This record gives sequence, structure tokens and C-alpha cells, in this order.
Amino acid sequence: MSVDMSQFYGVFFEESQEHLEEMEHLLMELSLDDPDIEELNSIFRAAHSIKGGSGVFGFDALTGLTHVMENILDLARKFELSLTKVIVDQLLVTVDTLNQILDCYQNEEEIDWGAIEKGTAALEALLKEDNAEDTTAEADEGFGLYDNPVTESDDDDFGFFDDVSVENEEKSYGFYEEESQKTDDNSDDVNSSNDDDECFGFFDDEPASTQENTVSQSNDNEPKNIAKDVAPEQSESNSQQADQSTSAAVENKTAKIKSVPQVASSSPKASAKTTAKKPSAAAKAKSETKESSSIRVDTLKIDSLVNLVGELVITQSMIKIVGKDVHGETEEKLDGAIIELSRNIREIQEAVMSMRMLPMSFAFNRFPRVVRDLAGKLEKDIDLVIEGGATEIDKGLIEKLVDPLTHLIRNSIDHGIEMPDTREAMGKSRKGTVILGAEQRGGSIIITITDDGAGLNRERILEKAMSNGLDVSEDMPDEKVWPLIFEAGFSTAEAVTDVSGRGVGMDVVRRNIESIGGMVEIESHQGVGSVFRIRLPLTLAIVDGMCVSVADQTFVVPLTNIIESMQPTHDQLKTIGNDHLLWVRGEYWPLVSMYQMMGIDNAITTPTDAIVVLVETSRKRFGILVDSLEGQQQVVIKSLEQHYKRVPGVAGATIMGDGSVAMILDVESIASDVQNLVPQEVSIAS
Amino acid sequence: MQASTQTNAPKQAGANRSDSQVAVNANEVQHEFLTFVLGSENYALDIMTVKEIRGYEDVTKIANAPAYIKGVLNLRGDIVPIVDLRLKFDVGEATYDEFTIVIMLMVGERIVGIVVDEVSDVIKVNESDVKAPPEFGVAFDSAYLHGLTSINDQMIILVNIQKLISSDELGLLDANANKSLEQE
Repeated sequence: MSVDMSQFYGVFFEESQEHLEEMEHLLMELSLDDPDIEELNSIFRAAHSIKGGSGVFGFDALTGLTHVMENILDLARKFELSLTKVIVDQLLVTVDTLNQILDCYQNEEEIDWGAIEKGTAALEALLKEDNAEDTTAEADEGFGLYDNPVTESDDDDFGFFDDVSVENEEKSYGFYEEESQKTDDNSDDVNSSNDDDECFGFFDDEPASTQENTVSQSNDNEPKNIAKDVAPEQSESNSQQADQSTSAAVENKTAKIKSVPQVASSSPKASAKTTAKKPSAAAKAKSETKESSSIRVDTLKIDSLVNLVGELVITQSMIKIVGKDVHGETEEKLDGAIIELSRNIREIQEAVMSMRMLPMSFAFNRFPRVVRDLAGKLEKDIDLVIEGGATEIDKGLIEKLVDPLTHLIRNSIDHGIEMPDTREAMGKSRKGTVILGAEQRGGSIIITITDDGAGLNRERILEKAMSNGLDVSEDMPDEKVWPLIFEAGFSTAEAVTDVSGRGVGMDVVRRNIESIGGMVEIESHQGVGSVFRIRLPLTLAIVDGMCVSVADQTFVVPLTNIIESMQPTHDQLKTIGNDHLLWVRGEYWPLVSMYQMMGIDNAITTPTDAIVVLVETSRKRFGILVDSLEGQQQVVIKSLEQHYKRVPGVAGATIMGDGSVAMILDVESIASDVQNLVPQEVSIAS
Repeated sequence: MQASTQTNAPKQAGANRSDSQVAVNANEVQHEFLTFVLGSENYALDIMTVKEIRGYEDVTKIANAPAYIKGVLNLRGDIVPIVDLRLKFDVGEATYDEFTIVIMLMVGERIVGIVVDEVSDVIKVNESDVKAPPEFGVAFDSAYLHGLTSINDQMIILVNIQKLISSDELGLLDANANKSLEQE
């Protein structure tokens, strides 16, 4: 083979990654009682794609493992194997292993063959186990049916359920077992009919009534523990047994006679089964159309598109300026064309920007798994609620959010949520709840991790802080105490577990979040729970801004921060020391002079001649003194850090219509400076 | 002629570069440099770092930045800082008109514009013709110099522009560990 396969590796890795994510997601969602054939198919397809791809590229480690996985899934989707929690768990573990192998191949690292063998063995063991169960099932059934083994050919008698028949048997078998436990206490005679030796009883004394019982019972139990279509299947398998007995149990005539009406009575149920099967066929058809219609694009390409569109805007305004020299009939035509052009450009810009945005669920979807695993490991009962998964956020931010969020969620589960017994003793429900939410509030995206656990332990944090040599005091307000947990080497967990407690998590969390321009706040109440709130600016997105000018410079104030703009009167202005305050509608607003803050000469310094833009941040409100307002505009935030560095008070830069650069104010960070400017009692409590 | 420079160079500087150069004498390594003028001195920088040369245009000032950082401008969608090396090294006259030259440099992933008095030529320099930089006498710290060479009896100072641009002295980058120290 002379074709260089390595050029396709990248695509394979990306695709496999997606397949694995999809598998994990679907496995998590899969209901054990009533597995959705469509979902099973998707999981199978994902495994199959990875297997196929890895085979082509010679990634043997992946091929072997996915092959066994595929076997299990194939049986499952044909309903020849009923999925149990154990199997799903093992499949999830396999997904993890596959992920690791994929990483190894991607980074050209040594493959951990041991883990693969272990994974393969575990899966194969599951397969065998199931086969063993199968055979016992058959043996039992055959026993009941006078040693006539259940074979495929038997199923042929019932043309309408041929390929599901095997699954029916299994299902019904499993059902019996489960049921026999459930019904132990309430109906002894029914119970006896459900035992393994059921068939003896069935054929010996009152077969018809037993059948009847089983059927009715299955209906009773259906809402409780049996999937919807199991009931008809159940009855059907009864009928099948009955029928087999008709054909096979020649020796026992009573049985034969008794079972004949049984066949008749069960046929409507069998037909019910066929109707039940229809939706799943429809689902199958749907699953084919559900195939994703997206294509893979390098984000760099989108970035350069964003830039190009920006250029387009500038070129357009250049044409506009040149167009002013055109007069007469052409002028009108040109104007029309320019208006058309600007509309098109705006649409392109919006379309391009939306390409970069992904719903938050891309990050959130992996957490049900994390929570499930952790809850299992810690033997806690935890419900994860995800809210606002549709909130759109820049792709770049999503990638950087996953790690901090994982840390915080692990933290909430490990330290926050108490053990079920403790919870019960405290009068809470045994099941703890962790809520992962996202919402866009103004120019920020706020992600919250809320748990209804024990809350942070103030005493323990202070104690630990003191022993770590931090500058703390007993009477610090809570808001000052909570952030202490973000200090390096800070863990109040009594025991270091493999989940958390090494004190490396929280400071990394804060650092990661701050590196993308966000911040974390904590709210906690002893015994009630705690909330971790991550506030992220929309740094990589478009912002609606008010352009303001100071001397010859233009700045953009994010519109979301602005409450109103006004020209102050003499009466409204108060002075404390060198600081100005503005009295508006019964409140004092500290004033920040832009020309002072930005060091601009020739600006208007008399507040009454200038304009005050009243802004609001999460913490406080204040006024910004500018020369004049230029107008409202949607601007693309560009990073200053790409070629320069972070500038205090500035969130980024943008390119104006004339090609010049304007700074976008970071009102939040200016707000933290305002704190120092103004006496404490004046800062407004909102 | 060349042989003599080669033997001289290691003696003067003891520079390893020249030593290794002697070894590979057979195929002489040649580099192209863009020469520019700052004050009364001729400088040159590696032409591979030059993205483009353009006239000075109005920039947007950056709050509380040193005077030699003129501000930022829009280079086809990139927000690029402009550094006036004349101000930084206190040479020449810092006037700005359409004849003022800005050299746009591409250093790593970053684009930085530098303002100089004039750009003159592209020269080819043999590694072996590069002498070790003097410890003093030029505006630049010798740490940012690559060496000296002469063309037509004119001394040209070869600047290690990557090092200069990424230096803490210019303060164009942050995320440096010693950044906070520098500010204090």
C-alpha cells in the first residue's frame, strides 16, 4: 500500500472521539428495562465505525476491544441479550479504555495492552455469562417442555414475531425471576407457578389457571418494573410454551388438551405484540434520517472568516466614503448598492459568528457519567439536574470549561452531598441533588453548580487556613472565608481519596477560570448546600456596545452594563475629597473619569459639560464620565493579548467602521477599582 | 580574506557559533537581513521575521502604556501594537508623517510593528562575516544583538529581533513569570 494513511489519522481520531462521546451519552441514557432499539443501533454503529476505522489504519488495540463490544451490542440490539447494569457499566469502562487508547495513538504513546486485555476479558466474561444464562434458560424451559429445547425452528411457528422471539423468551424468563421475588409475599399460588419448576405444576394440576395467573400478573406488574412491551411478549412466550407443548408433549395428553385453548387465547396478545413492534420499526427509519448533516471545519478557518468579514465591513465603509464624491444619477444607484451590501455583510457576519457558538450541553453532557460513576463509588445517591444546556457559548470557552467544571462537580459530590443516612438523619431526602445550570445574563454567561449538601464548613476552612499560614481572622465575613478554598494546597477533606482531597483541585479551578477571563463566586449555607457560580464574559463573541468618545479616542461600553446616559447638572454633583459623586434618583453614584483612567489629554474635565454613562455590574453601580456619545453599534471583540498583552480596564479591542481600533471597556474590572475610590457607605447596595 | 576573518572571529569573541562555522566552511551559511536606520546607526534584522513594511498611520492609544508603545492598529483584522524604537532607545527624531516607516514583524505567532527612521536595503551576510557585538556603544543592550558586520565599509549592527521583541524590556508580552516583578 503506497497510500500514506497518516494523512487521514486526524479525521479518524476526531470521528472516533465523537463516536465515543456519543456512545457514552447513549449508554447513560439507555433504559435497562426498555432499551430503545434506535439508541442501541446508534451505539452499535458507533462501535462499528471505530472498529472499521481502526482496522483500516491498523490500530489493532482499538479493533480488538471494539470487536467484543460490538458483539455484545449486536446481541443487545437483536434483543438476544438483555442489558443489565453490570453490562452497561462494563461498556462504559470500555468506552473509557477506548478513549485512552485513542489518546495513546494520537500522541504516539505506548499502548497499555494490559488494560486492553483486561477490558476484552471483562467483556468476554460478560458475554459468556450471558450465554450461560441463556442455556440455563433454555434448559429450564426445555425441562418444562419435556426436554424439547427451544430452537429457532420452533419460533417459525409464529411468523409474526420471528426475529424477536428469542428475546421474548429471555425477557419473559428474566421477568419470571424478578416477579417471583416481588410476588413472594402476596400470592403464594402464583409464586409457585413462577418458579423454575413452574412447568411441572403447570402441566400437572392446573395449567390453564396458572397461565391465566401469569398473564394477569404480568399486567399488574407492568407499570412497576416491566417495560411496556414486555407484557405482550410475556403472554406470547406463554403461548409459545403452550404451543410447543402442543407439538412436543405428546406423552402428556392432559397437557396437550389443556394448552390448546391457551394458544387460542393468546393469539390476540400476539397480535398486540406485532402492533407493539411497529413503532420500533418506525423508529428505525427515523434513526436513519437522524444521521448528522454537519461537516467538520477547522476553527482556524472560521476565525479567518470572522476576520475577513471584519475587513469586508471596513471596505464597505471605505466605499461609502469614496461614494460621497459621486453625484447625479449614479449616486442614487451607488447608495442603493451600498445599502444592499451592508445588509448582506451583516448577515454574513451573524452567520459566521454563530458557527463558533456551541450549546453548553456539549460540555454538560459528559457530567451525568461523572456523577453516576462518582455516586457509585462513594455510595451516595445523587441526582444531576442540568439546566440551560441550550445556552450558547464560544467553542473555545467550552473546551476550557470542562476541567474546572469536572473539579467543581466532583467536589460537590464528594464534599457537598452527605451520605444518604446522614441526609435522612438531617431530615433531607436520601437522594442528593446537584444542579448544573447555565444562563446568559447580560454580557456574561453564568454557570452554576448547586448542591443541596452540607455546605462549606466555615470553622474547618478557617482552621486549615491558619495552619497553612494564611492571613485570616475568626470574624471574617463569609464572603471572605469561602474563597480561601481556592488557595493552593487547601483541602479540608479528612481523608485523601482518589476522588478528591489532595487540595490540588480548587486552585487549578480558579486559575483555569481566570485564564479565560471569568471568575468564581461561592455561596454556602451550613446544612443547606452551596452554590459555585462561574461568571464568564463573552470574550470571544460579538458585543452590543455604546460608542463613546473622549477627546479624539473612541471607546465601546458594553450595552448590557449601561443603565442610562445623562448630562449631569450642578445640583446633582457632590464631592468627597477629590472624588465626584452623582446624585440620581435618591442614590449616590460614584463617578469615574475616563480621561483620568485612560490618561487622555484634551478631554472635557468639567462634569456638567460632559456626559455620564451610568453603568451597572454584578457588584456595584457607578457613572463613567465621557465627552460624548457616538452611537450604538455591534462590535466584534478582538483580543489584545494575541499580539500585545492584557490592558487593565479594557476587555478587548474592536475595529470600527473606518478601520480604526477602539477599546472595549471592561466595566467589571473598572468596578473593582471604584471600590477603592469611594467611601464604603456610599457604595450602593442593590 | 575570509580565512582571516574566520580565525579572527573566534579569538575576539570566543563565540561557539564561529567555531562551528569553521567546521562547515565548505558550504557557507548565508542570511538575508533588512537594514534600517535608527538615529545615526545602521541596523539590520533577519528578513524572515519581516511581514511587511508600511507607512505610519494613526494608532489607537493604549491606556497607561509607556510612551514608546504608540498604541495599536488594525492590520487586516489583527490588533497589532506599534513600538517606536526611536523613542525606546532615545535616538533620532520621533516625528510621524506618511514617510515614517513601520516594519511589521512576525515573531512567533505575534505581529508587532516597529517604527524606525528609514529602511534601506536587503543584504546578504555570511555567518563568517559576523563579528561578535561590542559590549557597549550601541543603543541596544548587547543581549539583543546578533553581531556586527560591514558592507561597503559601513558598520551594520545585526539585531536579534526575536529576542528584543519578546524581552521584558519592551514589555510587549505578559504571562511572564517575572512580569509582576518588572512592574514593581
